Amino acid sequence: MVKQEFLTIDGIPVAIEGEKNILELIRKVGIKLPTFCYHSELSIYGACRMCMVETPRGMEAACSTPPKAGMDIRTNTERLRKYRKMILELLLANHCRDCTTCGNNGSCKLQDLAMRFGIDRVRFPNTAAEPKLDESSVSIVRDQNKCILCGDCVRMCNEVQNVGAIDFAHRGAKMTISTAFEVPIAESPCVGCGQCAAVCPTGAIVVKNDTARVWALLDDPDVKVTAQIAPAVRVGLGKEMGMEPGENAIGKLVAALKHMGFDEVYDTSTGADLTVLEESNELLRRLEEGEHDWPLFTSCCPAWVQFCEKNYPELMGNVSTCKSPMEMFAAVIRENNRTAGRRKAVHVAIMPCTAKKFEAARSEFCSGEGQDVEYVLTTQELIRMVKESGVVFSELVPEAVDMPFAYKTGAGVIFGVTGGVTEAVLRRLASDKSATALKTLAFQGVRGLEGVKETTVPYGERNLRIAIVSGLGNASALIERIRGGEHYDFVEVMACPNGCISGGGQPFAHAEEQAERSEGLYKADQVSRIKRSEENPLMMELYGGLLKGKVHELLHVEYPLAKGAE
Amino acid sequence: MSQSFDYSVVDGVLAELGTGESAVISILQHIQEHYRYLPREIFPYLSKKLGVSQARIYSVATFYENFALEPKGKFVIKVCDGTACHVRKSVPILERLRKELGLTEKKRTTDDLGFTVETVSCLGACGLAPVLTVNDKVYPGMTPDKAAALIEELKGEL
Repeated sequence: MVKQEFLTIDGIPVAIEGEKNILELIRKVGIKLPTFCYHSELSIYGACRMCMVETPRGMEAACSTPPKAGMDIRTNTERLRKYRKMILELLLANHCRDCTTCGNNGSCKLQDLAMRFGIDRVRFPNTAAEPKLDESSVSIVRDQNKCILCGDCVRMCNEVQNVGAIDFAHRGAKMTISTAFEVPIAESPCVGCGQCAAVCPTGAIVVKNDTARVWALLDDPDVKVTAQIAPAVRVGLGKEMGMEPGENAIGKLVAALKHMGFDEVYDTSTGADLTVLEESNELLRRLEEGEHDWPLFTSCCPAWVQFCEKNYPELMGNVSTCKSPMEMFAAVIRENNRTAGRRKAVHVAIMPCTAKKFEAARSEFCSGEGQDVEYVLTTQELIRMVKESGVVFSELVPEAVDMPFAYKTGAGVIFGVTGGVTEAVLRRLASDKSATALKTLAFQGVRGLEGVKETTVPYGERNLRIAIVSGLGNASALIERIRGGEHYDFVEVMACPNGCISGGGQPFAHAEEQAERSEGLYKADQVSRIKRSEENPLMMELYGGLLKGKVHELLHVEYPLAKGAE
Repeated sequence: MSQSFDYSVVDGVLAELGTGESAVISILQHIQEHYRYLPREIFPYLSKKLGVSQARIYSVATFYENFALEPKGKFVIKVCDGTACHVRKSVPILERLRKELGLTEKKRTTDDLGFTVETVSCLGACGLAPVLTVNDKVYPGMTPDKAAALIEELKGEL
């Protein structure tokens, strides 16, 4: 038996259980040691110095100190308090302090820690320059004056996403976070995933705010405004809206949107059912065609599609021609409005995703009447609008989504978590339609929050090799492996680690809460009466009616680089 | 990637130094040795060859004072402004050079790409102060007048 090792934290003995650093141990015993630059999924940077602790050896940064038996750690001494306050004061010295007008007001770590440590004055002159906003991206807005150079965004963009749009530039007092040659972010390799905004502890990178435009739409009596709500949004509201982490709030969301003035509200899961059917057909067609060197890649995630276009243009021919659930559904809704000869109708999508704003604006998804999805609101923006409207969200009486698109399946709901698309497609492909088969499928390696999952599923005479990756860095690594000769038939890619539940437009959540969100979606699936997309009665109706002869036009897309790429 | 840019110099450097991420500083140094600065066209090219983002290469290039992103003149004049040279009046030399060439602290290179004037913190030749270098050739014991005469001489070689 291995002898249990201990160290002491503020005089209390604590067992070492394989923690990477003493910061994790200290947090485990319930002490909220402050940090700016520490994220367990990123490499250790040790820049902010907020997590300094005292040991008999002196001052050490907890994030970069591995635990050793017998250590005597103090986390709250007079010296440490003084240092932490000084660091905060210095960070605030050249920081834009217009908190009330900041996009991150209320969810800013710097604001939070300044409050926690009682910073009641900043003795240094404010050297913050005039704000220089980079508003070139439709997904995010950057404000250098609010940057504390913690490097979280840089490490996220490089290590996890392998996008490398931004990095540190210059040195010393002139150091900034910058794109190469300081070009606007929209001209950089950025794919708009918004993970930088998710980890940014201040308001230096925030989600682009389109709420004012949507309010204006809602106020216009001549416009019919419809909305769709993505799967991940319903489990991402959390404590901000008085919900438990991962609690499914779809009914309340519908009620809130109705209260705010939306005329009709639908569930993107319905669009996801269309995607399942179309993508399954596409996969089957490919399998019939015989061996392809490259797998069929999913196309639901716009950040992945853009990543592929920018980095692997030659692979675009292997990306599914299916539109994303949001765009499929939006095209169907547009068509439905057109045939019904309705007054001017505009469609808004509520998404966990910043890249969806980019997708909505792509020329491929515009018709003569404008964008199929006029505006995309992220979960964060929706929360802001609900608060603005004065509705007490937790007290709302849940409502059902509207006809004629009220039917959805569990398969559509699980799209919001990594592996969900694959599981939904496999449900469609499975010849055994029993409940047992459904349950077995859940344990075949498609579920779980690992960044890379692989599974082999028998289909007819052969075995389907499937990979599921989340995080664009994992996607890059997988593509390299396929280049090296590994074979897959189907690959699901979601740009954000863990999938849409952790999208850049969701309120920030730590690992535990992300797991709760995932759980929330699987629970929603479990209580769904219909679990397979092909059994959705609405699908039969649509394919027999509105979609007749228009499947390709309304549900598929040809991205420019896909032409002749394979 | 630029169609018109000739990447043979960069290819030569990469053939010599390899395409490891850790070689990036030496690669940039070698490229700069050839062009006297780092042409913008090399960034996307290097990014692809090294598997390092352009932003990161830009990060390295802007971190070190020695790397230049703007084209430099045929003659790069480095005026030492280290402590020893400073107290022996390096500043008037610098000012005279700038005046003669119509340069400022911001505008360091003449429009005809003949001269670049910059300062360095110490050339390690304090015994010869005040000192300057032209393309790494050392000129000791300078005065403003000697500097002006040097410029005239170099103009003949342009």
